Amino acid sequence: MDLFIGQLFTGLSTGSILLLAALGLSLTFGQMGVINMAHGEFIMAGCYTAYVTQQVVGDAGVSLLIALPIGFLVGGIMGWVLEALLIRHLYHRPLDTLLVTFGVGLVLQQVARDVFGAPAVNVTVPEFLRGGVDLLGTTVPKTRLFIMGLAIVAVTAVTLVLRFTPAGRRIRAVVGNRDLAETAGISSRTVDAGTFFIGSGLAGVAGVALTLIGSTSPTTGQSYLVDAFLVVVAGGLGRIKGAVVAAIALGTFQAVFETYSTASLAKVGVFVVIVVFLQLRPQGLFTLRTRSLA
Amino acid sequence: MRNFFATRLGTWTGFAAAALVLFGLAPLVLSGFRLGLLAQFTCYAIVAVGIGLAWGRGGMLTLGQGVFFGMGAYLMAMHLKMADAEFRNGPGAVPDFMELAGIRELPAYWAPFSSPVFTIAAILVLPTAFAVVLGLAVFKRRVKGAYFAILSQALAGAFAILLIGQQSLGGFNGLSRFRYFFGYNLDDPVNQQMLYFIAAGVLLVVVAIALQLRRSRYGELLVAVRDAEERVRFLGYDAANIKVVAYATAALFASVAGAIFVPVVGIISPASIGIVPSIMFILGVAIGGRASLVGPVVGALAVAWAQTALSEQFPSAWTYAQGLLFILVIALLPGGIASVAALTKRFQRTPAPVEAAA
Amino acid sequence: MPHRFTTLPSPARTFARTLAASVAITGLVATAACGSRAGEETAAAESCVDTSGDTIKVGALNSLSGTMSISETTVRDAIYLAVDEINAAGGVQGKEIEIVAEDGASEPTVFAEKAEKLIREDCVAAVFGGWTSASRKAMLPVFEDNDSLLYYPVQYEGLEASENIFYTGATTNQQIIPALDYLAETGVKSLYLVGSDYVFPRTANAIINAYAADKGIEILGEDYAQLGSVEFSTIVNQVSASGADAVFNTLNGDSNVAFFREYANVGLTAEEMPVMSVSIAEEEVGGIGVENIEGQLAAWNYYQTVESPANTTFVEAFKAEYGADRVTSDPMEAAYNSVYLWAATVEKAESFAVEDIQANADGVSFDSPEGTVVIDGDNHHVTKTARIGEISADGLLYTVWESEGPIEPDPFLEGYDWAADLTVTE
Repeated sequence: MDLFIGQLFTGLSTGSILLLAALGLSLTFGQMGVINMAHGEFIMAGCYTAYVTQQVVGDAGVSLLIALPIGFLVGGIMGWVLEALLIRHLYHRPLDTLLVTFGVGLVLQQVARDVFGAPAVNVTVPEFLRGGVDLLGTTVPKTRLFIMGLAIVAVTAVTLVLRFTPAGRRIRAVVGNRDLAETAGISSRTVDAGTFFIGSGLAGVAGVALTLIGSTSPTTGQSYLVDAFLVVVAGGLGRIKGAVVAAIALGTFQAVFETYSTASLAKVGVFVVIVVFLQLRPQGLFTLRTRSLA
Repeated sequence: MRNFFATRLGTWTGFAAAALVLFGLAPLVLSGFRLGLLAQFTCYAIVAVGIGLAWGRGGMLTLGQGVFFGMGAYLMAMHLKMADAEFRNGPGAVPDFMELAGIRELPAYWAPFSSPVFTIAAILVLPTAFAVVLGLAVFKRRVKGAYFAILSQALAGAFAILLIGQQSLGGFNGLSRFRYFFGYNLDDPVNQQMLYFIAAGVLLVVVAIALQLRRSRYGELLVAVRDAEERVRFLGYDAANIKVVAYATAALFASVAGAIFVPVVGIISPASIGIVPSIMFILGVAIGGRASLVGPVVGALAVAWAQTALSEQFPSAWTYAQGLLFILVIALLPGGIASVAALTKRFQRTPAPVEAAA
Repeated sequence: MPHRFTTLPSPARTFARTLAASVAITGLVATAACGSRAGEETAAAESCVDTSGDTIKVGALNSLSGTMSISETTVRDAIYLAVDEINAAGGVQGKEIEIVAEDGASEPTVFAEKAEKLIREDCVAAVFGGWTSASRKAMLPVFEDNDSLLYYPVQYEGLEASENIFYTGATTNQQIIPALDYLAETGVKSLYLVGSDYVFPRTANAIINAYAADKGIEILGEDYAQLGSVEFSTIVNQVSASGADAVFNTLNGDSNVAFFREYANVGLTAEEMPVMSVSIAEEEVGGIGVENIEGQLAAWNYYQTVESPANTTFVEAFKAEYGADRVTSDPMEAAYNSVYLWAATVEKAESFAVEDIQANADGVSFDSPEGTVVIDGDNHHVTKTARIGEISADGLLYTVWESEGPIEPDPFLEGYDWAADLTVTE
């Protein structure tokens, strides 16, 4: 029974990790139909931001809190540059964007390898996040609680920005119908750049947080990327709500499946479930009604 | 030039020239080792022809060709291991790697692969059938564009993970150490050359099939689906069926390539068929020119050759080069090398659009 | 070009002809060019090694790119160090050793391809390198078919002995079995097995299961994570719930980081449930973070802290060459030894020829950093001293137990009754 409760919690926790990794993707994919394969490398950049910050600051606790906003800026700026240099020029060629950003990812990985070396580096977990808390008879690591909290904060923040700020209104307008938004005087280019900045910044934040549980090495981003894409596909185009539900569902499914089977089979299971699910709802969990034909 | 090659005489000339280079020139100038490499690269080129069809002509970015390549490869490898075991220990013998893994009984699904005919039939039919089923499931529900690309990529990842878990298929190490190929010793240089000829011959056949598909009415429909799927549907065609044919053909090509790859290289493992190898198949096609006939072949050969040549001296530089090639070619030269001639000739005209909005 | 279509008058006929022609050509050429059939002898490949000059070429084949480059570049450094030292001392048979380096790119197929290139194009006398079992399995037929030599420097799952490979890392009876002996000695009655999903962990765990059945140790669980996996919540929950006396860890690479962090965070400690690892050496401790792994155990044959004159020299030379912050580890030491063992065999045989080296290998020894290692001519492995190490706060491992002298290699575990059912020996 302890194990069962533990697994339910694990599902939530895995789900929130997936969600953190996928939230930014969901934004950019939803708005521009752009698949950013370098998103994983932005996460990796966040991890190294945490590492460098810790090297400079020293104290693990303080540096974690500082690294979160810095990670957002680092990821955001990288995304903004990528958008300005490449993605902007590849509109209406989403598949080409996918391949181009894959190339960007390769280059970034090698840069990380040349700068920080191939071996994983260690980001020390701050004292107040070490160990676990007893919850309903199981021990829950504090780091995972922190990540769940961060996921909730991130989703709330994005939702609030989208719903209540003028910038958010413009983003929603462009997502709904790019051409109509243009006619209404919204500069879709500016909006795109902004969305990409936010989406990639979220990847940076995710990277900083993920150093608490995983390794920091040039290939770190790769471990999260495919799962994150599956969350976005299953959740539906550009729906934050969809991403949340899909992430938690996939996380729980994987955790429960793994208990009764193996971790490897659980991964295969996730794929099968998603293909079957897309048979039922080809546009994902929550469809957005747009007036575009595509 | 292009008009000439579009004529019947031109087609024949092209094929004759290619045959002359592949069968005459290459064995003359290349050492046994380099010829073996060329055989390996030829396998990649066969996959590339299929991708050119599905992606270049049909607009389906298949990031999961490793799955079909792997199927063909594993099916062939199973036969080679069975033949090897039977040659040494008589019928029903267990392949050597299973003995090491502690498997005493031959798993039931291995048994039919002692038959060469069954194996070849399986290599041709199984991956194609799988592609048809998957294609129907996906395309009928109008999953397309980026969604399809991500699904096919996840499929490659899932397939590799699944294989790693199968100890009766060699697990992470895969299958290796093949001694005989349909009764011929694989360590004999003459037989290695024979494998190269088979690979080269299959490449010519595959290109001929692709050429035929392009020039047929079906080929026109395929391009129409790529550029305006809705309109094709309005005209009364079932776009999904059209796409499935191209997808399955690409799968078939990949499977055959995998089957030849195994005796040529001597090993197949999950590392050769996962997400990254699958994307790497795309690189050559993009560089050569996805929509052209010969472009993918040239691109695949060039990339494989460059990888071997460059990584010998500059391993880290090759990774940069790979990344930059992806970025520069696809962003700046979406038509690949094949479009260079056309671009320089009539640069006033806009280059052909390569992809419709998905 | 995409938008131009030329429909030929009779495409079907053209197609049929082209197809027929291609098939005909292929068939003709292929059948005309058939060589020996199964069962017939193939003429042995001629060695092209050039021994006439002042130099002798050897190959170094390690992954310099891809996921395995983390570990394999360190092995390459050790190979270069040994070669430089031997050259400074006058070379082998008076010839200077010249390294031809190749990148295995972390892919088995590339290893096979590059091995063939080294043998057939560069004509090297021997090749040093390889890391994963998959890379070794891929290279094995290449070395056998071309009758050349590979020196493989990493501990592995055993059950292999090729005439053309020298194994200078530990086989299972020099690493896993001593580790189990140690755990049994310290009173461990139940174990939980955690490993990455590939060949080494699966074979290791098969051995552990057989050992445990014989010695009355209870195996409470066996879990495999996909290579590179960083999600260990479920596995650690199960380990924790099992209440085992100890954990036997065969995880590889980055997975260790996630595993040990999770392990520490649910409150498991080295005191109450120690983890015995077989893939964590000095190089890996830094990435995991000492605070997460201090006090845990590892099983190897060599640690940087081993006290011997040979090791002092080795560590000093290594740090002088590559920097004071670098550490030395077991696979590096085994790679370093492999070059010296090859050189010693060549000196004994007074020849670079493969058959002379094979004939003279038995009993060749080297005073290595871990102690004296001796080649076993029958199975081409070497004797090795087993050591259990504890990870300390300075990131290094210190020996807490070592075997009484070097252990004879037994790759097929023929000397262990309880292992009889594990393998079919040839």
